[in-house]
Amino acid sequence: MSPGTLPQPAAAPAPRNAEVVLTLEHISKSFGDNHVLRDFSLELHRGENVVVLGKSGSGKSVLVKCMIGLLRPDAGRITVLGQDISTLDHEEMDQLRARLGFLFQSNALYDSMTVRENLVFPLRRQWLADRRDQEADLVQQALEDVGLADTANKLPAELSGGQRKRIALARTLILQPEIILYDEPTTGLDPITAREISALIRQVQQKYNTAAFIISHDMDSVRLVADRVALLAEGGCYAQGTYEELARHEDPRVHDFFT
Amino acid sequence: MFSSPFLAETGAIAQFAGRFFREGFRPRYEVREFFHQCYVVGYQSLPMVGITGFIMGLVLTLQSQPTMAKFGAEAWVPTMVGLTIIREMGPIITALVFAGKIGSSIGAELGSMRVTEQIDAMEVSGTNPFKYLVVTRVLATTLMLPLLTVLADGIGLYASYVGINTQGTTTLALFINNVLSGLTFAEVLPAFFKTFFFGFAVGLVGCYKGYHATKGTAGVGAAANSAVVVSSLLIFILDLLAVQITGLLGFN
Ligand SMILES: Nc1ncnc2c1ncn2[C@@H]1O[C@H](COP(=O)(O)OP(=O)(O)OP(=O)(O)O)[C@@H](O)[C@H]1O
Ligand SMILES: [Mg+2]
Repeated sequence: MSPGTLPQPAAAPAPRNAEVVLTLEHISKSFGDNHVLRDFSLELHRGENVVVLGKSGSGKSVLVKCMIGLLRPDAGRITVLGQDISTLDHEEMDQLRARLGFLFQSNALYDSMTVRENLVFPLRRQWLADRRDQEADLVQQALEDVGLADTANKLPAELSGGQRKRIALARTLILQPEIILYDEPTTGLDPITAREISALIRQVQQKYNTAAFIISHDMDSVRLVADRVALLAEGGCYAQGTYEELARHEDPRVHDFFT
Repeated sequence: MFSSPFLAETGAIAQFAGRFFREGFRPRYEVREFFHQCYVVGYQSLPMVGITGFIMGLVLTLQSQPTMAKFGAEAWVPTMVGLTIIREMGPIITALVFAGKIGSSIGAELGSMRVTEQIDAMEVSGTNPFKYLVVTRVLATTLMLPLLTVLADGIGLYASYVGINTQGTTTLALFINNVLSGLTFAEVLPAFFKTFFFGFAVGLVGCYKGYHATKGTAGVGAAANSAVVVSSLLIFILDLLAVQITGLLGFN
C-alpha cells in the first residue's frame, strides 16, 4: 500500500448481531499476590474491531496472552472460534493458532533470521509443500502492505524500531488470520506511519472480514480503528461502548483517556 | 536436610529430559532444523576440538617419555598414551571443550529467544518450540560429540606420533601397531559409548537453562554461564558412573 492510495478509514457499522468468534468469561489471572485480572468478560464478533484501553501495567498484555494460550488463566473460560481452549491439546491448539494472528508488543522478531525468513517461517509451518510457489509473492505483498518492500534481506537488528514493528505486523498478517490480536500496533511510530498502520488495520478488517482485538494507548489510532472500545481497570471490563459513547462518559476514569 | 534448590533443579532437569523423550519421538519431526543444528554444533566445535586434541596428545607424550625412559620402557609410550587418550583423556577433554563452546552458546541463544519472546512467537506460529528448538539441539549434540571425540582421539594420537619423533624415530605403521596392541574392543566401546551421554548432557542442560531463562539480559548471561557449569559437572559425574558400570561388567 503506497501512502497515496490509502483508503480513508470509514467507521464500519458495529456488527453486533454477527457471529461471536471469541468469548472471555470471568477471566482471572494472578502472579503470586499480584491479582492482574479479576473477573474479566468480553465478546468479539466477526468483522469487528475492539480496542482495549487501560493504564500501563493494568494487564492488557496478560489478557491477550491468555487469549492465544501463552498464559493460562487461573479461572474463567476462553472460547475461540467455538472451541474452549483449555480443553485443546498441543496439536489442536496449533491448528487453531493458524487461524489467529498475534502481534507482540515487543515484536518478537527472530533475530537470527532475515526479514524474509521471518515472514516465511509461519507460512512454512502452516503449509504443505504444494503451496511453496506462492511464497515469494505473499512475502512481497506483505512487505508492500507495510511499506517496507526493500528490507527483505536485512536482519531485524539492521532495522529501526518502527520498521521492526511493521515487519512484525507483516508477519502477523501474512497467514490472513480470522482473528487478530494486536498488542500496541502503533506505539513508537511517528504520527504519519501510525495513521498508515491504523488504516491498514481497517483495510485488513474490511477485506477479509476479520475480527480484531487491539490494545492501544494511541487515541488517534483508537478513533480510526475502533468499532467498540473497552476499558480495562481493576482487572475487569470497567466500561465499554463506541468511541463517542466513552468519550462522553462522565466517570473520570473513562473520561481521562479521551482528554 | 538436603539443600532444596539443588534438589529442585535436579528434579526440573530430569523432568525436562522426560519431556524430551515424550515429545522428541512423536511427529512432527523437525528434520531440516536437526541437520542444520548438526552442522552448527559440529562445525563450530571443529577448531577447538582439533587444537585441544593435538595439544593433549603432544603433552602427554612429551611428559611421559622421560619417565618411561628411566624405566627403559620407552617402547611402551605409544601404547600407554594411546590407552590414556582413547579411554579417558579424549572423551573427557573433548566433552569439556564442547560444554564450554556449545553448552554456553545454546544457553545464550535460547535464553535470549526466551526473554525477547521469540519462543512465544514460535508457539503462536503453530510451531512446538520444544520440538523445533530443544529436541533438534539435544539430538544434534548427542550425535555430534561422539564424532568429535573420535576426531580428537585421532588428532591426539597423531600429535603423540609427532612427539615421539622429536626424540627418536618411529614409523607411523609401527606407532599405530603399538597403540592398537594395547587396546581391546571391550575397552574402546565403553569409552565411545559414554560420549553419547556426555553430548546428551551438554545439549539438555544448555537447552534447559536457556528455555527457562528469566529476567532480561542478566538472565541470558546466567543461562549461558550455568549451562557450562552444570553440564561440566554432569560430565564428571557421568564419567564416574561409567567407570563404575564398566567395572561391574568386568571391562576395566
Ligand atoms: N510473566 C509474568 N510474571 C509475573 N508477573 C507478570 C508477568 N507478566 C505480567 N506480569 C504482571 O502483570 C501486570 C500486567 O502486565 P501487562 O504486561 O499485562 O501490562 P500492560 O497492561 O500490557 O501494560 P503496558 O501498557 O505497559 O504494556 C504487571 O504488574 C506485571 O508485573
Ligand atoms: Mg502490554
